[in-house]
Amino acid sequence: MINWKVILNIAKTHLLTKMKSTVTASLGVTFGIGAYITLVSFMTGLNEMLDSLILNQTPHIHIYNEIEPSEKQPIALYQEFEDAFNVVNSIKPKQSQKKIHNGLPILNYLKKDKKVYGATPQLRAQIFYLSGSIELGGNLVGVDIMEEARLSNIDDYIVEGTAQDLKNSENGILLGAGLAKKMSLKEGDRVQVSTIKGDVFPLKIVGIYQSGIADIDNIQSYANLKTVQRILGEAQNYVTDINVKLYDINEATAMASSLGKKFQVKATSINEANAQFETGSNIRNLITYAVSITLLIVAGFGIYNILNMLIYEKMKDIAILKATGFSGTDVQLIFMSQAMIIGAVGGILGLFVGFVLSKLIDNVAFETEALPTITTYPINYNIWYYIIGISFALISTFVAGWLPSNKAKRIDPVRIIRGT
Amino acid sequence: MDFVLETKNINKYFEKPVKFHVLKDISFSIKKGEFASIMGKSGSGKSTLLYILSTMDTDYTGELFLNNELITGQKHSKLSQIRNKNIGFVFQFHYLLSEFSVLENVMLPAKKLAEKSLAEIEHDAMEKLRMLDIEKLAHQRASRISGGEKQRVAIARALINNPSILMGDEPTGNLDSHNSENVFSIFKRLKEEEGLSLLIVTHDEDFAKRTDRIIQMEDGRILD
Repeated sequence: MINWKVILNIAKTHLLTKMKSTVTASLGVTFGIGAYITLVSFMTGLNEMLDSLILNQTPHIHIYNEIEPSEKQPIALYQEFEDAFNVVNSIKPKQSQKKIHNGLPILNYLKKDKKVYGATPQLRAQIFYLSGSIELGGNLVGVDIMEEARLSNIDDYIVEGTAQDLKNSENGILLGAGLAKKMSLKEGDRVQVSTIKGDVFPLKIVGIYQSGIADIDNIQSYANLKTVQRILGEAQNYVTDINVKLYDINEATAMASSLGKKFQVKATSINEANAQFETGSNIRNLITYAVSITLLIVAGFGIYNILNMLIYEKMKDIAILKATGFSGTDVQLIFMSQAMIIGAVGGILGLFVGFVLSKLIDNVAFETEALPTITTYPINYNIWYYIIGISFALISTFVAGWLPSNKAKRIDPVRIIRGT
Repeated sequence: MDFVLETKNINKYFEKPVKFHVLKDISFSIKKGEFASIMGKSGSGKSTLLYILSTMDTDYTGELFLNNELITGQKHSKLSQIRNKNIGFVFQFHYLLSEFSVLENVMLPAKKLAEKSLAEIEHDAMEKLRMLDIEKLAHQRASRISGGEKQRVAIARALINNPSILMGDEPTGNLDSHNSENVFSIFKRLKEEEGLSLLIVTHDEDFAKRTDRIIQMEDGRILD
């Protein structure tokens, strides 16, 4: 039979009369948990931002036509050399077009698929931007801009003008920010582009596009699909890429390989294209947890120390409690509840401190050319980090309290009272 | 005969530093309402015996009966309950919980027993304090009162659950003659008015002579 009221009352009295130690021990936990919350919110916030910077510009499945040599060279088909060892020098890529064969039927097929959130056609063209006598090499990507805005966060990267502006204009272009700077152009100006064949077209700048990645912003611009088809002098079924977004990103790899086989095209999934980002995030998370756990273990040792000292100080009290009829378990519970109170109070305070610090960081200005949509440091307010934080506080104080309290449980009152 | 405490052939050895036979075939009994004292030289084993009788020391052979019930071999948690309910203990040093008030110290064993409501316990505790003439100290911190007062508080605490027997390990050993006299008369009164059984280990011959019965111990044996 455990009388919690009496036990908690004794624990409370011990804690209140040893206010200094109690506060020190609680602050240890508060500091550990607060630092964990701040660190993990900030680090995962940064991780997410960096990942989304790349991943949001990468479709879940990218379908295109790879220029590559035939796997079977013609000589392999020639029966007379069937058993011979054939050596072919200077293999050239197979003669084929850059466009996806049957691009529009594939697109229609994808749009009907229930797993597909959306699919957009693209036409990537090599062009030159003309500025006086200077020619700057680059890409012009023809897109279905409204569909693109629905599926990716391209809207975030259009720093001047809007997606709608591009859709409404026949000869509009969303110029890369780096290009605009190089050529001293702004929204409303005209820019001339030249195809590889040498045809020159004037386009009107309806907006500026800034992805945050300089290598892209210095060469890439967007225009309507039809505009680019017209510039290249190609038909309306001429698309070089299809970008697919799925409802469930985890199906990307399986679906990419089945699409590739079905339509005889190259289909890569986001996982293959960006394997290294996953690795980077994992390592950053690992560091965050290593640091946090170290902090919490240090706090745990603080609690262990203070409880140990408290138990040495309270030897006589423990002996008295046992002599007057408290069992070893009662005594252990008295000290365990002290540890748990320290853990709970320190932990909850730590969550609060962590939240306030995260809020502070969240409001610190963080403006950089590379990230047009970010104005303050990113913070990830995930409720799970708070749940993990308080659980860890309770678990570590439980462990830290267990060892000393177990010692208190086994103290022999006779030895203390007789002073031997 | 109605015995409150009875032992049969209790033997105890100390293992450290060398094997030593402390208690040799101790068999005796305390009647209900008897005021007995144990006397003997230092090292005669009288305190050791008392701690075995108090159920705190379980490392012995033989049998111990409390209210004709076998105590030997019970689990520690059960022994705690028995101590809590049936045995009051007074030490040479007063051993109060210094952070608690006098009243809380007295109430604590009753709260642990949890047979009465808090209000009843408080009422009982005040009654015990009044009986020992220290009710004025009830709300003082236990660390702020004098040695004689502390010993009286300890007696009040030992009595709070109305135990079958009160045991004392030199309860007057650390007190001046005035306070010793005071404690003795309290014990005497408890025996006469409440019919309480008492077993007191003491060095004080004057104290022992005035008890009902002196149990003399020498070299781990009881002398008849």
